[in-house]
Amino acid sequence: MGLVLVAAFWVSGRGLGASGAIKSVVVTGVKTVAPAHVENTTFYQEYLETHPNPLKEWLVFEMLGVIVGGFLSGAIAGRLKFTVEKSPKITNKTRLIFAVLGGVFFGFGSQLGRGCTSGSALTGMAVLSVGGFVTMAAIFGTAFVLAYFARKLWI
Amino acid sequence: MGPLFVNEIISENTNLFLAFIIGIGFGFVLEVNGFSSSRRLAGMFYGYDTTVLKVFFTAAIVGALGLLFLSLFNWIDLSYIYINPAYMYSAIGGGVVMGAGFIMGGYCPGTSFCAASIGKLDALAFIGGMFIGILIFTEGYPLWEDFYNARFLGSPLLSSILGMSRGVFTFLIVLVALGMFWVGEWSEKKFARDDYKLNQK
Repeated sequence: MGLVLVAAFWVSGRGLGASGAIKSVVVTGVKTVAPAHVENTTFYQEYLETHPNPLKEWLVFEMLGVIVGGFLSGAIAGRLKFTVEKSPKITNKTRLIFAVLGGVFFGFGSQLGRGCTSGSALTGMAVLSVGGFVTMAAIFGTAFVLAYFARKLWI
Repeated sequence: MGPLFVNEIISENTNLFLAFIIGIGFGFVLEVNGFSSSRRLAGMFYGYDTTVLKVFFTAAIVGALGLLFLSLFNWIDLSYIYINPAYMYSAIGGGVVMGAGFIMGGYCPGTSFCAASIGKLDALAFIGGMFIGILIFTEGYPLWEDFYNARFLGSPLLSSILGMSRGVFTFLIVLVALGMFWVGEWSEKKFARDDYKLNQK
């Protein structure tokens, strides 16, 4: 994984990421559904100024690759299967509700923190940036502290 | 020589194509190392499976060492590498919100896509949630704009703040990581579970 990261630095001068690609899709979606709303919102206008074509972004192509790469590895190892992964103590419904809720939090947090575990923590630490170490400590520290309250979901 | 794109050795389209190839590599190594399993990811917070922690820190170290070596041989110009800016409030606040999402959802953005690609439906639900979360952020941006931009420190390196060279600092991180791996091995034995097998298919 480290070597993939080094390859990204060497080829493109940037590290890996994930959440930025979803933001590209979100902005494109809003633009398609409500173009007038995008015209009147400063945030979208500023974003589109620096990203004129949000779907033609490095991270979008990288994340499409992640889907292909994950699928290939799963296919080779015989792990392709539709399933809901959870602790044996909870129902599928509980697991899916918390998965959506977790996604909402992570999605929001990744925007506030300017990147997720890949873009901010992993890449940020590899380039030795202060922001990377701080975000990493905050993510893992919080999850560790809250683990006790969420234990029924996993163990 | 590197970064190839910044030094205009490759075109923008080639750069995007290589992003796709790099993504395939990223997705592949994530899946091979079990990052497509939410119980394995969550395992690091309960001590029964610390693989993710070990692989994650190994990757960060290899990344840091790789940059160091490439620059030593003049194969890469470090001044062109993007350094994450440090906005202290949002870095901590965002991290805390992400940590809460992590323990509830069991994934982070990259791993959820990887897991969804092999058919994990909980990962698909997590991705749906992320779209909602990001939409909330973009729609409500004026509400948290001040917090988002507060305490901006530029793009400092932790090594320079501590007054160390890149090399010495990286060496120290390697030592810290080795200590962590040892704790990880210990905790996997101590917190082993009957209903969870390490390296399960």
